[in-house]
Amino acid sequence: MNGNSLKFYLGCGVALLAALLLLGSVQNEYVFFASYVVLQFIVLAIAWNILGGYAGYVNFGTSAFFALGGYSALFMIKAFAAPLVVQIIVAAMFTGVLGLGIGLLSLRLRGIFFSIATVAMAIICETIITNTEFLGGAKGVQMTRPDPIAPFTSYTKMLFFVMAIMTIAAIIIARYIENSWIGRGLRAIRDNEEAAECMGVPTLRLKLIATVISGALMGAAGAPFPMYMSFIEPVSAFSLNYSVSALAMPIIGGTSSWLGPVIGAVLLGTVQQLVTVTISSELNVLIVGVLLVFFVVAAPQGILGLFKKRAEAPKPAAGGAAK
Amino acid sequence: MSQSAGQILLKVDDVSKHFGGFTALSHVSVEVAQGERLGLIGPNGSGKTTLINCISGALKNDAGAIVFKGENLNGMPPHQRTRRGIARSFQIPRPFHSMTPVENLAVPLEYVTHRGAAHKADIRGEAESILSDMGLGDKMNAPCAGLSQVELRKLELARAMAARPALLISDEAMAGLSNAECDEVLAILFRLSDKGITIIMIEHIMHAIMRFSNRVICLDAGKLIAGGAPGEVVKNPDVQRAYLGA
Ligand SMILES: Nc1ncnc2c1ncn2[C@@H]1O[C@H](COP(=O)(O)OP(=O)(O)O)[C@@H](O)[C@H]1O
Ligand SMILES: [Mg+2]
Repeated sequence: MNGNSLKFYLGCGVALLAALLLLGSVQNEYVFFASYVVLQFIVLAIAWNILGGYAGYVNFGTSAFFALGGYSALFMIKAFAAPLVVQIIVAAMFTGVLGLGIGLLSLRLRGIFFSIATVAMAIICETIITNTEFLGGAKGVQMTRPDPIAPFTSYTKMLFFVMAIMTIAAIIIARYIENSWIGRGLRAIRDNEEAAECMGVPTLRLKLIATVISGALMGAAGAPFPMYMSFIEPVSAFSLNYSVSALAMPIIGGTSSWLGPVIGAVLLGTVQQLVTVTISSELNVLIVGVLLVFFVVAAPQGILGLFKKRAEAPKPAAGGAAK
Repeated sequence: MSQSAGQILLKVDDVSKHFGGFTALSHVSVEVAQGERLGLIGPNGSGKTTLINCISGALKNDAGAIVFKGENLNGMPPHQRTRRGIARSFQIPRPFHSMTPVENLAVPLEYVTHRGAAHKADIRGEAESILSDMGLGDKMNAPCAGLSQVELRKLELARAMAARPALLISDEAMAGLSNAECDEVLAILFRLSDKGITIIMIEHIMHAIMRFSNRVICLDAGKLIAGGAPGEVVKNPDVQRAYLGA
């Protein structure tokens, strides 16, 4: 492990410790209720960025992956009374398979056509769920939370901690991809897919790896959602806000590395939470939209880009061992 | 040159390609020997790039077979053909634009040449040495956006070379370049040929074709209409008609 990796994993440890400290010291439930949402957006933004940022395939259907994650969990609860961990795993597997389907679409569809297909996919998924009585149909399902598992004193706190762990896992996965042969190949695909393929990059396999991981992470982020709200119904689960935010956060933060989506999600997620409390949640999409336009125009490389320009040190060697 | 000179490296066997009702290639057959320098000429739209696309796998030929080192490549995706030794440059340069030239070369070095081995430092060193060979030594860590046309063409060739091909296909690497720049690119291709690499050169610039090729073939409207020594082919009445229009 080199110095950078050591620092990175130390950072992950510190973040986890901070989450535990917060759990031990803060009593106000709202803190966890709100932080959960920010963490959830970090996972969504990182997941989106694996496909959208690294490979350049813009997914407009994040809401479908998120909602199907939640509905997979609901299914597991209703059918098997499965515990939270199982809900999350099944949700990730299911949306991973959905990701595979989206990945196969990329065989034929590039650019805006791929993006349009993801929108269509989201609409189809929402329609199916709305018409599935077992999953509550259009009116949704009310749920009662089980007791939290010790040592957690409330279910919200427990969900917060679970989401914190998922966030760190997502960051570790994204960083691994970025620094591996997979990430370098995806970058070549983003720059020019034909040239990448002709230069030996197995583009289809890499795109499928990206769509599956991205989809699975989105589904995992959505899995605890029914329990978090104690309720799930299609309109809010498939909310446009997830699709727009998951795309806006990496673009605002910077798409070149995992840190970009984290910065963007913390920033935008926090602003959204503040606006929801002080004004109204209706304003969220508007705020995201305005910030997105601002950044696309003023800082196309995102916040990361602004810093990188200042500290353009000699770059580390490109390439490395392929698998 | 090499002991295997004269052996057939690539065999294009009765290849056809249609786009809808349009026939871009019609029963094209050609054999390329190990170490050969083959010139491919033909008017615009005659199917030269399409033939290259069928050989490199970017397009699937509808009929016939592409046989390389005795292996039928039909149905094989391009990245595997590259790993077997076919590399190409693109007519319109397609650099990985967010990367430096060194990083551009690192892609084939990592995915083809040193698959499963090699350290970052080796790859960087090798990329730098290829780029220096190609005369891009002073630009290799600058962003690609700053490269001139001739530098982009050289980068195309350098990146193809990084895959250590047995067969290099150069698609109009000299189009739009000045005479001096053409000579530079031609010199590069000659050096690669001296190393034993088989080269198919697509070019419109006749003096370059004449100087470079051991043999020239001419495509017109998707059909091979002539093939042979460069001097003969340019004098061929069919070729002259194709170029001058009938
Ligand atoms: N992907 C494609 N779809 C449809 N038509 C194509 C495609 N690629 C090439 N063509 C057509 O095939 C013909 C041959 O093109 P090309 O091989 O690029 O010619 P050349 O390289 O000799 O100038 C042209 O008429 C061109 O319009
Ligand atoms: Mg052409």
